[in-house]
Amino acid sequence: MGYTGPLADKDRIFTNVYGFQSPDLKAAQARGDWDNTKALMALGQDKIIDEIKASGLRGRGGAGFPTGMKWSFMPKEPKPGKPNFLVINADESEPGSCKDREILRHDPHKLVEGALIAGFAMRARAAYVYVRGEFIEEAAALERAVKEAYGAGLLGKNAAGSGYDYDLFVHRGAGAYICGEETAMLESLEGKMGRPRLKPPFPAGAGLYGCPTTVNNVESIAVVPTILRRGASWFAGFGNPKNEGTKLFQISGHVNTPCVVEETMSISFRELIERHAGGIRGGWDNLLAVIPGGSSVPLVPAAEIMDAPMDFDGLKALGSGLGTAAIIVMDKSTDIVRAISRISYFYKHESCGQCTPCREGTGWMWRIMERLREGEASVDMIDRLHDVTKQVEGHTICALGDAAAWPIQGLIRHFRPELERRIAERNGGGMLEAAE
Amino acid sequence: MPKVTVDGQEIEVPAGATVLQACELAGKEIPRFCYHERLSIAGNCRMCLVEVAPGPPKPQASCALPAADNQVIRTDTAMVKKAREGVMEFLLINHPLDCPICDQGGECDLQDQAMAYGRSMSRFDENKRSVDDKYMGPIIKTAMTRCIQCTRCVRFAEEVAGTPEVGLLYRGEDLQITAYLERALTSELSGNLADLCPVGALLQAPQSFEVRPWELRKVPGIDVMDAVGSNIRFDLRGPQVMRILPRINEDVNEEWISDKTRHHADALVRNRLDRPWVRVEGKLQPTDWAEALQILADRLEDAGEKVAAIAGDLLDAETMFAAKKLLEGQGSNLLEGRQGGMDYDVSSLSAVAFNSTIAGIETADVILLVGSNPRWEAPLVNTRIRKAVNRGGAQVFAIGPMADLAYPATNIGDDLSLLGSLPQHVLNAFASAERPAVIVGPGALAAGALGASLGLANSLNLIREGWNGFNVIHTAASRMAGLLLGFAQPGGLADVEAAAPKLVLLLGADEVAPTRLPGAYKVYIGHHGDAGARHADLVLPAAAYTEKHGTWVNMEGRVQRGEKASFPPGEAREDWTIFRAVSDLLGRPLPFDRFDQLRAAMIAEVPALGADGLMDLPWSPPSLPVTPGGPVTLPIKDFYLTNSICRASPTMHRCSEELIHGRTFAEAAE
Repeated sequence: MGYTGPLADKDRIFTNVYGFQSPDLKAAQARGDWDNTKALMALGQDKIIDEIKASGLRGRGGAGFPTGMKWSFMPKEPKPGKPNFLVINADESEPGSCKDREILRHDPHKLVEGALIAGFAMRARAAYVYVRGEFIEEAAALERAVKEAYGAGLLGKNAAGSGYDYDLFVHRGAGAYICGEETAMLESLEGKMGRPRLKPPFPAGAGLYGCPTTVNNVESIAVVPTILRRGASWFAGFGNPKNEGTKLFQISGHVNTPCVVEETMSISFRELIERHAGGIRGGWDNLLAVIPGGSSVPLVPAAEIMDAPMDFDGLKALGSGLGTAAIIVMDKSTDIVRAISRISYFYKHESCGQCTPCREGTGWMWRIMERLREGEASVDMIDRLHDVTKQVEGHTICALGDAAAWPIQGLIRHFRPELERRIAERNGGGMLEAAE
Repeated sequence: MPKVTVDGQEIEVPAGATVLQACELAGKEIPRFCYHERLSIAGNCRMCLVEVAPGPPKPQASCALPAADNQVIRTDTAMVKKAREGVMEFLLINHPLDCPICDQGGECDLQDQAMAYGRSMSRFDENKRSVDDKYMGPIIKTAMTRCIQCTRCVRFAEEVAGTPEVGLLYRGEDLQITAYLERALTSELSGNLADLCPVGALLQAPQSFEVRPWELRKVPGIDVMDAVGSNIRFDLRGPQVMRILPRINEDVNEEWISDKTRHHADALVRNRLDRPWVRVEGKLQPTDWAEALQILADRLEDAGEKVAAIAGDLLDAETMFAAKKLLEGQGSNLLEGRQGGMDYDVSSLSAVAFNSTIAGIETADVILLVGSNPRWEAPLVNTRIRKAVNRGGAQVFAIGPMADLAYPATNIGDDLSLLGSLPQHVLNAFASAERPAVIVGPGALAAGALGASLGLANSLNLIREGWNGFNVIHTAASRMAGLLLGFAQPGGLADVEAAAPKLVLLLGADEVAPTRLPGAYKVYIGHHGDAGARHADLVLPAAAYTEKHGTWVNMEGRVQRGEKASFPPGEAREDWTIFRAVSDLLGRPLPFDRFDQLRAAMIAEVPALGADGLMDLPWSPPSLPVTPGGPVTLPIKDFYLTNSICRASPTMHRCSEELIHGRTFAEAAE
């Protein structure tokens, strides 16, 4: 199967993503949430995992690891004193990403129900939702939903009448980007400094408090009940092979109507923008570049992105990635070097400082970026910068080093002439001609 | 036993080994900064990257990666070289490169590894980061701009010392190491932080700008500050011991030493007795050796067998043996070493030894401390107990005043009658223990609790196949050798007093109260002008422990030898030569003219002192009366000022004032 056309309203999972209806339990139930959850759980744990595997759901947090497979790594029979845990990553801090907050404040019951079913499937004792510190309203909405669910017997002892005891805790972060990294999140949950752990051991072996743990993104969990209700084949019926399903796209930047919208995977960039974002500001000829998956993926220049399929593999082929599907559109009014430099500053600011390449490299890269922005550099500094990004990438404990390196590599790959132009201009012009 | 291939060489490594250890077993050098064998793995410096297959196509941190069967490890590829160069460059971009004025220069891991693995030039054109120095107390001097954030210090303070007062502030490139609220570290092991620091960020404050490592001569020695017998190294420039460092001995001190052991070195050139003195009309007057020895000979002649010798806490076995021989010539055996008047039974040495061994106590699972604060009496035994608690989950109970031991201990009271009636929960813990241990401290010995404690050996079933859980902590380095050589009277010092000696030799004995031994002519033979010299009638200058070869026996009965690192100052001479000289004047020359003859004579008489290492102490406890209970006190009131050497040390006084008495010096760091 391939791309099957834009998503019909009847196939939307997140039916209240715009908040036109109430997020409370009653309204959620009217939208179909918590509808006979007991029956879904009666499928049995292995069947649920098999269904999720069959649906082709890939993690929505950015890495795109198959969700069902991740769940299957959890021990089938937890040891006494070492219960399984589900940790839900709601620390949405990636610049450009804004999908989880919509789920949290408008459709929290999708998440709570998903947490119960997913936790049940992986034999978890409880789930922890780690909510980004800045999400005040969102955390309040989620807490309200959790309270409602407990009140209605949907959580706690004999959750939703299934005979399974299950708790859900909402934990507020303190505003560090790195706590969105799964092992740093576990450290933070344990009350320590949010610094990524060494892997191995992986969280499925020793995670939260040393117990087997799975960390999933909010969206990955929230889509689970609907997938089970409508069947794996329904979900797998969208998108290109290995990139199945629907996805919340977050379109920001120089489009006419920025929005968060659920769409079929593998929809082309042009169709997505035209249908939902009202086109590019100033028309398609005015498009400069797009960052298709949140600040950590390399940018893609206009010509390459326009008709590309928006999915994991399609964007990987362009040397970028789907990430969280946070699409940052930049038109020709953008100072592209400054934009990437600002992203570099973000990573310098958010590096935890634990390991050497990231601690020292992010600051260095940002400083060279600032020089390049002004053109106050020499041409060989571009190569030096590229070399530094290569020295950071793949040498760090977590992926923040990679995330800091990729945007710069994308810039150099696609906009090197612009960098050289600025250097030449600053150094009195004519240098490029002289060099030729 | 996984089999791995390192650079084409197939080797078998122990189960649980890391890739880094596998590489080392294969003889490959892996550069590292954060990794340390005795600390938890942090994996943050990223210097130890190697290529491992199977695995992701990027270099892996070898320190944190378990070695697995059929792994193919490469340490010599272009990718590894590039990775090391890259990490080294990152470490250096914000490092000040002030090696010429850095005390770490010459023994700096960063310097060495930059030479071996770094690029030859820098590509960094920006301004370097600078970081405010932090106040960490009297021992540690900081130069935080040099810090490479390896967190060894943080991990040591938390894991080994048990004083989690070093930590991280901020994040990213602003990350800083600091002491909690910039207060002085309360650890007695803080000097080890500077040893661990791979760069010059944490330095030994007392030796600041004093020495360069390449101008030092290194001599192995044995520490005498406590009865642990830590293995140390004297670093000398010319005749002076400039600093003291630990030597690795897994059975004793691992690779740590206490601050007292490390930083009393400045006292070895202060307040020294460098000429003989004689008391004339109540005042000490300088004299010369000829006269002093004649006075001693005359007095000895006059006293006949009414002669006693009291051994100090720091003495080596040879000195004690020579003194014993001198007294034997007089017909006396009034020898005593327990200056405080302790009179515990010494008929069986095993009943007063640390039988579990220092390394063995790590494996104990229930421990009862009786009148002991091991943190002050034997800091490196305390780290072992801490390990037993943290790694083995051992339970610790304590009888005696509350003390901060750096690990949780349940205090069950301070009355020794508890030994006969332990609370039920303690008995339950011991009943289910596999390796139970009782540690009797000097406080309990002084209070006469040895008998009652030995009773526990049976009632708590401390002695089992392959395990002896009965332990005694001594505080004097000379104690075990002294007991072997007979420096103990059944009634202790009181017996010596009862014999009313006319002449007493105080062999470095500074802790004998001046009021004791009234009427005797006191001859002080020692190295520092401390309490003993103050009330002596004749003062003969002798050698400190660094200035003579010597044999020491630690609390577990381990025979160890230290070497002579330098010569006694001025007219001072090695102790045994004084006895030899005066024996000549008496016409009964002692049968040794050289040190090796002295040692041979000693070994001939006490063969146990001839074999290095743990001596055999068969378990044969005497049955002693159980004395009634009573409160027990801890004898050490000030960890930093326990003997004549450290009382002469400005560093130790500073530590005492700041860490024991709470005086604030923080502004002195400016």
